[in-house]
Amino acid sequence: MIAMVAKGRLIMVFEILQYGFIQRALVSGIAVAISCSVVGLFLVLRRQSLFADALSHMAFGGIAIGLFANLYPIWTAFIVSIFAALGITKLRESTKIPPDSAVAVLLSAGLAVGVILIGLSGGFTLDLYSFLFGSILLVSMQDQEIILVASALILSILYFIYQELVYIAFDEEQAQVSGINVSRLNYIFIVLASIVVITSIRLVGVLLISSLIVIPNITAMMFGKGFKKTAMISVSIGILSVLTGIVISYVMNLAPGGTIVLVSVTVFLAAIIMKDLNKRTMTVSKQRKIRSLQ
Amino acid sequence: MASAVTVVNDVAYSYNNTPSSLVLDSISFTVNEGDLLGIIGPNGAGKSTLFKCMLGLIEDYMGQITIFDHNIRKNKNVLQKVGYIPQIRSIEQNFPATVQEIVSLGITGKKTSTRNKDKIISAIEIVDLSEHKNERIGELSGGQQQRVLIAKSLVNDPKLLILDEPTTSIDQVTQDKFYSLIKKLNLEKKISIIWASHDLDAVHKLANKVACINRKMFFHGDTCGFFENEELLKMYSESTMQAHMRVHFNKKNNVKNNNSNDSNGSEGSTYHGI
Repeated sequence: MIAMVAKGRLIMVFEILQYGFIQRALVSGIAVAISCSVVGLFLVLRRQSLFADALSHMAFGGIAIGLFANLYPIWTAFIVSIFAALGITKLRESTKIPPDSAVAVLLSAGLAVGVILIGLSGGFTLDLYSFLFGSILLVSMQDQEIILVASALILSILYFIYQELVYIAFDEEQAQVSGINVSRLNYIFIVLASIVVITSIRLVGVLLISSLIVIPNITAMMFGKGFKKTAMISVSIGILSVLTGIVISYVMNLAPGGTIVLVSVTVFLAAIIMKDLNKRTMTVSKQRKIRSLQ
Repeated sequence: MASAVTVVNDVAYSYNNTPSSLVLDSISFTVNEGDLLGIIGPNGAGKSTLFKCMLGLIEDYMGQITIFDHNIRKNKNVLQKVGYIPQIRSIEQNFPATVQEIVSLGITGKKTSTRNKDKIISAIEIVDLSEHKNERIGELSGGQQQRVLIAKSLVNDPKLLILDEPTTSIDQVTQDKFYSLIKKLNLEKKISIIWASHDLDAVHKLANKVACINRKMFFHGDTCGFFENEELLKMYSESTMQAHMRVHFNKKNNVKNNNSNDSNGSEGSTYHGI
């Protein structure tokens, strides 16, 4: 009986891969997973994990402006988020306000703009709901193109500034002394992070995007020895979470954003358990060795 | 005659641009090729601020600093010839970069060329960390982490090393290893070194020149000239004691002022040094 159900589910998975909207969701999902993981690793190491949350809330304000003004919301989200991110970085540099306070300002300002405009335009619509929680059904051809172009652009830029970003993440002061223009790179990086957040919103939603940026990376950091290896593990976990999440959400009729995040949380918890078991095994074998020596 | 590697000329700096709160006041000294200059002074004497000025991290100071004949305000490229090792700080255990990756950060230009790869390996060998090259930096001890930072500084063949109290909170055995490495770099690699330290014994043994600062330059000259002069040593220990007392007094005063909500008293205890 169980075997028959499993077989049925498997056939269903192959069937759904033939649908155009699922193919678009999967292709976009892979691109989003790669860019989120790579940019996210730097955000996590710079202790700016919550910045992704702030950027997504700012994007929410931008989406509300787009829906209110009847413009393509992703474009308005791009403009609002990028300008807000640059503004808050400038503000942080010139006034030395703590990073977490800058995040709080950005987060509440974006949400405030969104809430006011939603109220003015007559409340929540299906479109707005999909931006909040993500939707695989609504990833259009235009969305897919934007996601692919943006991801390619982000990864190409990161390829050239990767070493400098690692240096800044390790020690900003030493990076500056070595001749790196830290301020300029901080601006470039925050624009890249804004683009990653906005391109991922269609799929995962405003409220869940930060977890896709953070969870694969903190999981990878438990195992990765070396920066490149950690990035590769993180990308793999990101892709696994997105693909499995999309398929499960379709088969079981669940919200895709939530399912993707829950898959990544499951991987994270499994990693913690594995790490713990590994540590215990090592301790036991060490004790045995000591006893045999005595 | 050895040529000047660094000339610090009449440098003064205040964090809030007021003459009454100068952190550095008329500091001048020269470091010649091959020198190992020990900079000593109590906490809050301005040693780290002086280094920040020398490394271009602070630019709005008065006076002039030249490194290898270049004014540091106008030409920061010259810093590529300078290695900088800051005070030890805790590196997150989960920071994923390996020793080799951290050392490679010190290379300017293409890191993957064979020549640069050899340079990285050789810098790791100099600091005796070859067997740890593939380990995460966060998993090493404090002393080993400092040696990684030295290797990172050495990989670009620096002509000058600036060390800001690099052995604070490191155990004695590791400190001794660190000191012999500094001496080796100075003597064998002919690297000029400017080294801030609280360890008078180590400065006495290793440095050929000493600069004693406490906001102002108190002494600058040969190591023997300082350590064999009882009067100077006595004045130095008194000033260090007074600096400790000043910190203690300021802390106490701040607590008192915070409690009484009186903002007038906190700036009242200015200390004019030696």
